[in-house]
Parts: sequence; structure tokens; C-alpha cells
Amino acid sequence: MEFLHTLINGLSLGGIYALVALGYTMVYGIAKMLNFAHGDIIMVSGYVILVFLSMTGNPLLAIFASIVFCILLGVVIEKVAYKPLRGASPLAVLITAIGVSYLLQSLAQMIFGADPKMIVIYDFGSVSIGAFSIEVKTLLTLFASLVVMISLTLFIKFSRTGRAMLAVSEDRGAAQLMGVSVNRIITITFAIGSALAALAGTFYLLKAPNMNPTFGSLPGIKAFTAAVIGGIGSVPGAMFGGLLLGIIECLCNAVPVLSPYTDAIEFLILILILLVKPTGILGKKRREKV
Amino acid sequence: MTRATSTAAKRQIKWKYIANYLVIGVLTLLFGGLSLAGQLGQSTVYLLEKMSISVILAVSLCLVVGFMGELSLGHAGFMCVGAYLGGKVAALLSDLLGSGNNVLALLASLLVGGLCAAVCGFLIGLPALRLRGDYLAIVTLAFGEIVRVIFQNTSLESFGGTLGMKTPRFNRNYLFLFGFLLVLATLAVIQNFLRSKHGRAVTAIRDNEIAARATGINVTKYKLIGFVLSAFFAGIAGVLYSYSNYQVESSKFGYNYSIEILVMVVLGGMGSINGSIIAAVLITYLNTRLATVLTGNLAVLQNLVYALVLVGIVIYNNAPALKSFRERVNLKALLSKLKKPVQDPAVIREDAAAWDRIPTKIDMDDLLTVELQQKKAAPADADSDGEANSDAASDETADRKKDET
Repeated sequence: MEFLHTLINGLSLGGIYALVALGYTMVYGIAKMLNFAHGDIIMVSGYVILVFLSMTGNPLLAIFASIVFCILLGVVIEKVAYKPLRGASPLAVLITAIGVSYLLQSLAQMIFGADPKMIVIYDFGSVSIGAFSIEVKTLLTLFASLVVMISLTLFIKFSRTGRAMLAVSEDRGAAQLMGVSVNRIITITFAIGSALAALAGTFYLLKAPNMNPTFGSLPGIKAFTAAVIGGIGSVPGAMFGGLLLGIIECLCNAVPVLSPYTDAIEFLILILILLVKPTGILGKKRREKV
Repeated sequence: MTRATSTAAKRQIKWKYIANYLVIGVLTLLFGGLSLAGQLGQSTVYLLEKMSISVILAVSLCLVVGFMGELSLGHAGFMCVGAYLGGKVAALLSDLLGSGNNVLALLASLLVGGLCAAVCGFLIGLPALRLRGDYLAIVTLAFGEIVRVIFQNTSLESFGGTLGMKTPRFNRNYLFLFGFLLVLATLAVIQNFLRSKHGRAVTAIRDNEIAARATGINVTKYKLIGFVLSAFFAGIAGVLYSYSNYQVESSKFGYNYSIEILVMVVLGGMGSINGSIIAAVLITYLNTRLATVLTGNLAVLQNLVYALVLVGIVIYNNAPALKSFRERVNLKALLSKLKKPVQDPAVIREDAAAWDRIPTKIDMDDLLTVELQQKKAAPADADSDGEANSDAASDETADRKKDET
């Protein structure tokens, strides 16, 4: 029974990681860059919820506002910071992304202060079936993230835009020749990634309601780890890696000896995966051409 | 021609490097003298220690980011390893040998701290540097977090856990001199590494990995050498920090500290050791001065400015759209405008590119077009004498060949 509880908790946490990891992996696949600022979108979504919740008191409105704001933010970041560097060396893009992440954190600290703020979006309570009791928010997170992942997969497989995204990630030059507007696709990718991050931020806030300016960095790094474990650039890989990492984290936390070292263990797994299978579990090997 | 330019470039680089030694050597003597005369206050001495730590960190990170073209986000993690393990050795030795200004203990702990960080660098670099792409950034980021978590969860007796570890003291009046000497040692090793075969291999890999591989360079090996060297000096900076601070806390060596070092390297112009040194000194000075001015929530203003500077500089230096602007407006272009054009043959021999600017060269294209025009005119005059004409033409081509040779 205890094990089942841990497993469901792990899947729910894994759902959050998977949502964030999808943002990382899609941007990597399409824009060929690591968006280090992605984790901080989670933090921004938390603060937007804080502001709207204290203004209106309506949790649904706050969540909606956070998603809209994060989409705008993601697109603006892409236009201002990353677009001028298209065609520059990957190192330059990477450092810019880190700078943007640092900028968002500093801005948040300046506006809201460094001390943690408690945010309770909505108290769902818990349900029990016989002796088995579980919190509703855990189930809700799991369910919602699964729905989002399935719809995203369908969107990519069957919609025109989704297919264009696949084409750009496969071969940018050829896609452009076929009439796909690469700039538009990259913007859409950032928008979708940011929306997913905002949603993940909402769920993460339900789980850990203490907001501070570095709120997004740990789930961001973990989700990133998940994306690499699953195979960066691969959409099903990100989902799989996220769920796997969530389960590992909850299992480690359940064992008293391992619990202080949970983060270290997760990153160790990342290093081991890179050592054994650098492309990740579901990643494809790309041939290098001159 | 290429030979001449490459020797000129070599000479230039050498001078840049020697200037570093000279400036830091002179400063060491100057501050050493002042310290002996008792003219330096405690805060100045502390600032000098901090500066030497920052310079070592920035120069060693510059090797990875600037010359290897890889991103390391765990430089503070290597420093943390050095600070804890080197500090521990120092504490054990001072228990054993009695406290006081023990130079032997300092050297031993520096060596141990550096070597431990280097071993960590090897273990981290081995999986990450085999791969192309941004994997080193991820793995070093993870490494920084792992190190922090591990030292935070140690027992009070071993490494102090969350409370931090106390480290032995060293005479404040002389510690910064050791810092300066270590900066010189770091420069000596890294600059000579860069001028060696290994260093050239590393820069070749940065410029074009596939081409470097094709010329028989073992990419992973050279990258690993560079990375381990960089980690070693980060460890040494950590040991110096543990001596300077009397206490080591794992929370200090977070992600933000790694970013601060990265800002120094980027601000100095990636791939410039002189730049890294200047930026490290400048940022350390500003940090210390601003710490008293900006308190509370204003302190974050500094981070905000760093972030903006980081993004701004990288975009300005790398954006393809700004390339023509950069070429028109920069220091080198201004300097060349100020200089008079060189015409003296002795100088020209040195400056191979100057041959193109001198009008002594015969312009083959002009000559050829003139001849062709004449040839066009010739057949109209003598239509009947076809054979002779063709003979003349062949003679002409033969002559032209002679001219060319």
C-alpha cells in the first residue's frame, strides 16, 4: 500500500517534470539550443498566480493569466535574446540563455524580495478508498499532465503546424525550401513550451507552495535531466524521462538513508546515462556531416 | 606569406603573455613592500586576497570557455571540492604540526585541494567530453549541485555539514602574497599550455572539431587535459579561499558563483587571458565596494546588471547582423586609421599583407584585357593570312606563360 502511494506520488511529480522537459526537448529539437531560462518560466508563472490571486481571488483566472503571461514572456525572450544570435556559435547562445535565466531571477528578487511567500491556490483535500488515502491534487496533476501530453502528441502528429515542427527539427533547410516559415515555427515552439512550463508551475505550486525567486531552478534542472535521460530532442523521450525521474525521486525520498542525497542520486543517474548511452533512452543517433 | 603572418601573430601573443607576468610581478613586489612597511589596511589585504582568487578562477575558466569552446557551469563546484578537502588537510596538518604560519601546510593543502578537484574534473569530463554539444554544461551543472548536497549532509566532525567547516588561519599580511604567486603560477602553466602542442590542439578543436579529428587529433584526450587543468586551478583557488575566509560553507559555492566567474570570462572577451584578469579584478573590486552601498533588496541590483551585461555583450559580440558594424567600429580599425601606411621595404617584409597594398605588383588582368582587345582588332585587318595569325596567337600565349612564370 505504501509502495502504491509512493508510485502515484512519483507519477504525479513525474508528470510535472515531463511537462517542463517537453519544453526543453522541443526547443532543443527545433531551435537547436538549450533554453536555460526555461526553468525560470516556472518561477514567473508562480509569481503571476500570486499577483492575480491576491487581486481577484479567482484561482482559475490566475492560472489562465499565468499561462498567457508566460507565453508572451517566452516569445519576447526568443525575439529579443535568441533570434539575433541565430547562426552564431552554440556557446554564445548558451551563455545568453544563462544570462536571461539570471536576469529573470534577479528581476523577480527585486520585485518580490528574496524571502519565500506561501501561496495556496486551492485546497482540494484528499479522497480515501478503504484504507488507501491520497490527495486530490496529486491525482489531478497526474491526470492533467497525461491529458496535456496526449493532446500534444496528437497535435504534433496530425496538425499542419505540428508536422511543420517535425519537419524543421528533422532538417531546417529542407523544411524552409518546402515553404515552412522557420521563424514562425520557432516562435510557436517557444510559446507552447512556455505554456507547458506555466502549467507545470501551477502544479508544482500545488505540491510545494513556497514561492521564492529560485523556485523554478531546481524543477528546471530536474526536468532538464529528465529530457536528457529520455533523449533530448525526442518528445516521447521527454515524457518517459520525466515520469521515470519522478518515480526515482519519490522512491529515494521514501528510503530514509537515501533521502538527503535524492538530488545527488538523480544527477548521478544523468551522468551514468551519458556514459552508457549519450543519446538518452529514446534518443536517435545523428550522423555528423561536414 | 602565411609563415610571415604566423610568426608575427606568435610574437604578439608572446608579448601579451609576458605583459601579464610583468604587471602581476610588479604588483606583487609593490604590495609586498607596502605590506612589509605596514602600509596596507586589513580591508585592502582582504580585497587583494579575493582578487587573486577571482583571477585564478577566471583564468582557469577562460581556458575551458574561451579556448576550448565548452561551457562549464560547475567551476564553483571544483572550487568547493578544493576548499573543503584542502581546508581539511590544512586543519589536520595544523593539529599535527602546531598552529601558526606553516608554509609547508599551505603548500600541502594547495596540492591536495588541486589534485582532488582535478580528479573530480577527470571523472566528470570523461563522460561529458566524449560527446559533442552542450553536454558539459549540463553535467558540470549537475556536478555543482551534487558536491553541494554531499558536503551539506556531512557530519559535524568531518566537514561541518550545514554549519560549515572551520579552517586554519594564516598571517593576513602575507597570505595575499601567496595568492599573487599562485596567480603567477597559474598564468605560467595555462599560458604555456596554450602555446604548446596541446594548447594548439585544443584551439583547433574549438575552431572545427571535425577538421581537427581528421588531422589526427585525439579530441577527447585534449579536451580532457584542458578541462582537468582548469579544474585543478579551481581547486587551488578553493584552498586559497578556505585560508582567506577561515570558514568554508557549501552554500557559498552555488550556481550563482559559477555564473559570476562566467561573467568575468565573458566580460573579458572570451579567449583573452588579459581580458579575464582585468574583468576579474574589476568585478571583485565592484562587488566589495557595492556590498557596503547596496544592502537588502538593492543587493540584487548588482546581479541584474551582471545579467544584462552578460546578455548584452554576448549578443553584441556574436550576432551575425551586427558583424559589419563590429568591423567598422572597433579599436583595431581606429588604430589602423591613426597609423601611417608603411612603405619601407624592410618593414613591408615583416608585414606580408602590405604587399597587396603596394602598386609595384603587375596587374595581370589589366594586361590580358588589353591584349585581347588588340587581338580582336587584328583579324579584321588581315583576313586572308589565317595561319600566320594563329601562329602569332600561339606565340603570344607562350610569351604570356613566360611572363607568368
